[in-house]
Amino acid sequence: MARRAAPEVNAGSMADIAFLLLIFFLVTTTIETDSGISRKLPPPQEDNVEPPILKEKNIFVVELNKNNDLLVEEAPMELKDLREAAIAFLDNGGGKGADGCTFCQGAKNPSSSDNPTKAVISLRNNRETNYATYIAVQNELVAAYTTLRNREAQRLFGKSFVQMEKDVKDVNYTGSKETLKEDIKKIQFMFPEKLSEAEPKK
Amino acid sequence: MSKFKKKSGGELPAISTASLPDIVFMLLFFFMVATVMRQNTLMIENRLPVADQIEKLDKKDLVMYIYAGKPSSRYAASAGTQARIQLNDKFAEVADIKAFILAERASKREELVPFLTTALKVDGETNMGLVGDIKSELRDVQALKINYTTRTGEATDNLR
Repeated sequence: MARRAAPEVNAGSMADIAFLLLIFFLVTTTIETDSGISRKLPPPQEDNVEPPILKEKNIFVVELNKNNDLLVEEAPMELKDLREAAIAFLDNGGGKGADGCTFCQGAKNPSSSDNPTKAVISLRNNRETNYATYIAVQNELVAAYTTLRNREAQRLFGKSFVQMEKDVKDVNYTGSKETLKEDIKKIQFMFPEKLSEAEPKK
Repeated sequence: MSKFKKKSGGELPAISTASLPDIVFMLLFFFMVATVMRQNTLMIENRLPVADQIEKLDKKDLVMYIYAGKPSSRYAASAGTQARIQLNDKFAEVADIKAFILAERASKREELVPFLTTALKVDGETNMGLVGDIKSELRDVQALKINYTTRTGEATDNLR
């Protein structure tokens, strides 16, 4: 029996085949965005419910008109100033006695909000407002709350609120998650996200 | 001539390309693993706005997607140029949202239903009227957890 060596397969074109596949996957890949601003809608209401009475000074009115102009407390404002204005309003702490705020660092202006727990931001938009503008405003208002929560969390627990929320989701976190959840609740109670959205004007 | 041929010692050796397939395969596997096949074929333009206060949606199977925006140029003739809603793979009306949410809920296990989130993938150029209509429909069916899907970036970039 004459033993013949098996002929060697030419692997020279392997690179070409691999390149072909690579290019296919390169073209079809779409990096999906699955992150965004999470919000909670208010539950549906019956028509005959009386709205709660709020003091005028505890409401921070943000309005977007159909030309995408931003009106804050009936005065025009640039978007970049909105975050600062919202922080100043929430952190004002102008209340006295039972309404007072022990941790606020704001101006204590008596004509602005009493207490972060009472302060309400009211956002109203027109039906013709651009969605991108609306998202930008939402983003700035959420950022105002996050900034204040971070500050208080840093003061009370030595780490930022964002870090605390990250730790709750982290499986490798070593400390007690129960106390962490309690701490998060405390911060959320100090600065509750009271962002009300009015029905848009026609 | 042979005088020249003999001096082959000084030539540069050819670079071996034998490991090229390995390198390419490595890249290939990376892209194969990282690729997420799209669930829905988009029939609308979908340039998402940007924001920086974002949270990641980690449980993909617990997310319901609602797309909205202007029909893309292929469908402009049949669907018009006004912003439309897309559910699954077809255009829908505002009134179809309730049925869509109920169908999505029915397809999930009962204990997971409270954790369902609605992701709104809305084009930045859309009017808020349509978004407001979607939101009021979602309120009516108690689908209260929503997420405005955005790209990452500075919020002021939206105004340009």
